[in-house]
Amino acid sequence: MKPIAQKRNAVLRVSLRPLIPFIMLFALYVQFHGDFGPGGGFQAGVIFAAALVLYVLLFGNEQARKVLNRKWMETLVAAGVFIYGGTGVVSIFLGGKFLEYDVLAHDTVHGQERGVFWVELGVGITVTAVMTTLFLTFVEYRAARRSGK
Amino acid sequence: MSQALVILLFAFLLIVALVVIRLRDLFSAVMLLGIFSLLSAALFTIMDAVDVAFTEASVGAGISTVLMLATLALTTYREETKKRRKRHVLPPLFAVVLTGAALVYGTFDMPRYGDPDAPIHKHVAPDYLKSDERTGIPNVVTSVLASYRGYDTFGETTVIFTAALGVLLLLGGRKKNEEEGS
Repeated sequence: MKPIAQKRNAVLRVSLRPLIPFIMLFALYVQFHGDFGPGGGFQAGVIFAAALVLYVLLFGNEQARKVLNRKWMETLVAAGVFIYGGTGVVSIFLGGKFLEYDVLAHDTVHGQERGVFWVELGVGITVTAVMTTLFLTFVEYRAARRSGK
Repeated sequence: MSQALVILLFAFLLIVALVVIRLRDLFSAVMLLGIFSLLSAALFTIMDAVDVAFTEASVGAGISTVLMLATLALTTYREETKKRRKRHVLPPLFAVVLTGAALVYGTFDMPRYGDPDAPIHKHVAPDYLKSDERTGIPNVVTSVLASYRGYDTFGETTVIFTAALGVLLLLGGRKKNEEEGS
């Protein structure tokens, strides 16, 4: 895909580029404030992925792959599920059942808070990586098919 | 005021749905589906389901629109129109009206919207509403999703993981194959 940045659309480039860090910051807020307000790992992941998709649209997939390295993204896709499942396994080792957060800290309330934090983080990482990977894969498939013709 | 807003939003929802059915231009259809999601999100907000509204706005109107557009770029922007043969209109219309009537009849037995005596508010909901004493998390939705229903959310995360796996297996391996082939 030709990045917008190389085409004539200077307005889009100039107006959208500064938005990216703010979208990412908002995603982090949604992620870590999900205990108190609306939101959580899933929504945060989607918003973070939206920022990355915007980056791909502005700078093209080749430039984006320098940041969103294929190996790293595929690792992150699995890492989120690993963190989620790992939280469950850790609670087994600490004497509870799978995903029973009560045993994760000195008392049950803190254990619950800690468990939910890690679980939501896992969801956020997987969702971000998956959504970005899906979009990048589509874009790259199209680019490969075009250059093949 | 809120009542009028709900009716207005539902009217828009209906119009958008009808237009999407009639459209042959898939690009416009995808954009309208995004608007459909945004209208749904507004309705969820009015019903005080902020978490659901948030998800609908970010996933339905945001990411899924982008992914659908990416899919259109891989396939085609126009729906194929076959030569119009003479179709029987009455049997499908009859089936649809009958199903719709049955569904509407079914709603008559449902408790009124927001009824505090509805069965759903009597079962586990009172426990959930006191969940912040147990989990220390004020947002009930988060504690239900991540703690009480931790297994379900684990399943959902795995589903998303599987989606990426499927797409990578179908489309992602192309480059490698070409390198091996050449």
